[in-house]
Amino acid sequence: MSTLALELKDVRKSFGAAEIIRGSKLQVPKGERFAVIGPNGAGKSTLFNLISGRFGVSSGEIILNGHRIDSLLPQEINRLGLARSFQITNIFNKLSVYENLQCAVLWSQGYRYSIFRRLSQLQSVNERAQEVLELIGLQDRRNVKAGLLTYAEQRALEIGITVAGNAEVILLDEPTAGMSRSESDAAIELIRKVTQGKTLLMVEHDLSVVFGLADKIAVVVYGQVIACDTPEKIRANVQVQEAYLGGHAEAEVQ
Amino acid sequence: MEFILITLLNSLSYGLLLFMMSSGLTLIFSMMGVLNFAHASFYMLGAYFAYAISAQTGFWVALVVAPVLVGVVGALIERYGLRAVHKYGHVAELLYTFGMAYLILEGVQLIWGRSAVPYAIPAELDGPLFTLFTTSFPKYRAFMMGVAILMLASIYLLLTKTRVGMVIQAALTHPMMVESLGHNVPRVFMLVFGGGCALAGLAGVVGGNAFVTEPGMAATVGSVIFVVVVVGGMGSLLGALLASLIIGVVQTFAVAIDYSPVHMLKAVGFNYGPNSFGYGFLDVTVAQVAPILPYALLVLVLILRPRGLLGKREG
Amino acid sequence: MQMKNIQTTQGSEMSISRFTLIWVAFMGLLIAAPIAFPSATAVALMSQMGTAMIFGLSYNMLLGQGGMLSFGHAVFSGLGGFMAVHAMNHAGAGNLWLPLPLVPLVGGMTGMAFAVLIGYVITRKSGTTFAMITLGIGEMIFASSLMYPGFFGGEGGVSTNRVYGVKIFGLNFGSQLQVYGLISVWLFLCTAAIYWFTTTPLGRIINAVRDNDERTAFIGFDPKLARYFTLIVSGFFAGISGALSVINFEIASAENLSAGRSGAVLLFTFIGGVSSFIGPMVGAVVGVLMTVLLSDFTPAWHMYLGLLFVLVVVYAPGGLTSLHHPLLNLLRHGLSPRNIPKFVLTILSALVAFFGTVCLLELLYQRVSPAAVELVVLGLKLDPEQSITWWFVLLSMVIGVTTLKPCLRWVVKVESKQRTSPTAFQEGGSA
Repeated sequence: MSTLALELKDVRKSFGAAEIIRGSKLQVPKGERFAVIGPNGAGKSTLFNLISGRFGVSSGEIILNGHRIDSLLPQEINRLGLARSFQITNIFNKLSVYENLQCAVLWSQGYRYSIFRRLSQLQSVNERAQEVLELIGLQDRRNVKAGLLTYAEQRALEIGITVAGNAEVILLDEPTAGMSRSESDAAIELIRKVTQGKTLLMVEHDLSVVFGLADKIAVVVYGQVIACDTPEKIRANVQVQEAYLGGHAEAEVQ
Repeated sequence: MEFILITLLNSLSYGLLLFMMSSGLTLIFSMMGVLNFAHASFYMLGAYFAYAISAQTGFWVALVVAPVLVGVVGALIERYGLRAVHKYGHVAELLYTFGMAYLILEGVQLIWGRSAVPYAIPAELDGPLFTLFTTSFPKYRAFMMGVAILMLASIYLLLTKTRVGMVIQAALTHPMMVESLGHNVPRVFMLVFGGGCALAGLAGVVGGNAFVTEPGMAATVGSVIFVVVVVGGMGSLLGALLASLIIGVVQTFAVAIDYSPVHMLKAVGFNYGPNSFGYGFLDVTVAQVAPILPYALLVLVLILRPRGLLGKREG
Repeated sequence: MQMKNIQTTQGSEMSISRFTLIWVAFMGLLIAAPIAFPSATAVALMSQMGTAMIFGLSYNMLLGQGGMLSFGHAVFSGLGGFMAVHAMNHAGAGNLWLPLPLVPLVGGMTGMAFAVLIGYVITRKSGTTFAMITLGIGEMIFASSLMYPGFFGGEGGVSTNRVYGVKIFGLNFGSQLQVYGLISVWLFLCTAAIYWFTTTPLGRIINAVRDNDERTAFIGFDPKLARYFTLIVSGFFAGISGALSVINFEIASAENLSAGRSGAVLLFTFIGGVSSFIGPMVGAVVGVLMTVLLSDFTPAWHMYLGLLFVLVVVYAPGGLTSLHHPLLNLLRHGLSPRNIPKFVLTILSALVAFFGTVCLLELLYQRVSPAAVELVVLGLKLDPEQSITWWFVLLSMVIGVTTLKPCLRWVVKVESKQRTSPTAFQEGGSA
């Protein structure tokens, strides 16, 4: 039907009297990598929350692969093929790393709230979990409780949980937040690997990451997508420069 | 007519008593997020302390001293126990107060025994205030209502008009901010916890002699005040007042109604008797059902409107 | 791919042979217990422990596995018990074919049915709200039981006779030993089934819901449904324990539905430990010992139980079973000549504190209860009339407690130095 993985049509969201998202439009073609950038408080995380179903929209439409998802629950959206990670690590602290991944894989492999099978015998689940475990490089920490991992390891697990279910559309909310340079580089490599062939939407503040990884950049300011184009065109976009630098062009964006 | 008026006045006094007890609970929950399972135990302590003190020095001294003592006990429990479990989360805090309720009950039974103690209404407050037709309204009930209203007014003034009150209100929603402004938030917590317990103790001082002072009193009243706090809305004093009055009215009126669905069916002409289908089920009078009405209300509210009537946050 | 290891509930792995050994040992323990302790009181006690263990395991499915604190769990076991007692009476009268060993299934089905009925709505919420709903429902059902004497038997409850029908393998279940046998079989089956549950997808997902119910939605599961289904399974096993209890005592009364029962299972399970599988079982044993055995010795047992609970909440929130790792750690690595005198001091001060506290409480209870124990220490009778007794006891308690605190702090420091890997010490918090 459409070649668009994700589409936002005039999405608005108000919290009480404050309108945070004020008519956002976005079109994300299948298989492309989008970076979502913008000043603090612009509404990037809110957009992610709206897309993934954490909050409902006040008005407007969100369409995933041709289905309208703006009124669905988070689990329903996930089952339609969209997975997201969180800016503040949101993992299962008392479960081991491996168990975290097993949980993330279950639904996509067709296992529901079953009490008649043992997890250890679900071959497809265990194979995929092991695969993701190795992908995110935490094989040595397989049985460690997730709450005891280092921060960077937890962020890696966060990404692992997000991609384990083989969702077609992946939303990553500031995946490298709080990481050092080397940790960031490793994380970006990981993201590049795991989102091969998938549609990716990523909120990022680190512009070097953005320019290296993204096919297109969407700039969000005051709850609106003011520009959505290739990195080169965005770099030269006057509106974007103003939004970030308050009218002083040329300065940092080189 | 007379029945309705008297029952209304009775339900008002009972409702206000419930409010006295639940106001402290609401305050504690709003500020600390802790549902103090032992709150009714402080009500009981207030009654027992008042009994012991009034035996030596009379009722009026006890009215002042007993709540203060209860408040001190509460503050100590917060300082030396609750604070330690705080880091384990809300469930652990709830369990701690649950354990405290248990221990306080045992302690009371240890010191004063298992049967009711003769904590009596003082002579000057005994007797009827006025007589409506044939039923009299006791002086003491009016006194209870007066104390409750005075208490409500004082809390309101304290919270809105004094500096301490402002700090408490701020710490209600933004404890960390208040702490970084230099206020000793743990001490504020201790004060609020102690204050809340003192309020329950005051309720015990005036309620213990009107009703009965016995070890079971905490359990009887305990569940009802949870209903009040949840139905009124966790965190809302006004909601607690509203819910207390509603429950007061519902329970007091229900207890006086001796009719059951069977009576109703018969009144409309159905030939309904012991052999009819469902008789055993419907043969309960409203008065018999009265004890469970608050809980039915609790469950209903939690399912349909978990925020409660005027609540600002959920559990 | 041959799986040589199996996953336990703690995420660590265990070899198959060790796993089988544990279950065989469990079975052996159940068989050996009445042989080691053949007296009638002991067998009666162990029967009660058996039903309490099933009850506790079912409760921990909610609390430890699912993070759902319930103050009304006794409604499932109580209703199961009442249905079972009526079934037994009908079977005894010849209206129904139901051999006694199958009666627990009636209880289980009842518990499950009630969970199906009310579970959907009450599991929409979690945390404190859920706890309050269960409190309300528990009180409601208990109050209702007095309103419908036809089913609940009023003040006296409903009694029954467990000896009815034809003998099964020559057993009529009249003797306590035979009842113990029946309970043990059900205990083994239920333990195995509940353990199985923890290895299934739902068993794992409910853990995820406990740790982070929001995230669970984002990986495709509805946390409310997971809680609902878990409640149903938990209700089933609670119903079984209720029926077994009724078989044991041959009576079902309102007390089976009471807040006291619900509170007791919470107390026992928490004391045993909510973060491990056997925690509730340990808690059941300790709990039954304290409520049934200790109560025969001293009226202060209630206070001891409460104090133990509070101590566990404050100092060992993972329960008694959470102490086994640190203790083993200490014994293995901490016993250097330098440390031994301090360990001895710690044990001594603990003994003194214990002695002082127990004596103080017993003396206090002597004042109010005729059933209190007369204290005889080293041949000397402690007379509550003499003030010197009180001073002595108070002093020992104060000395014991004040020396114990720094000693324990030191022990914890030593233990933490011995920790070999991050996983050796498991965080005990259940909250």
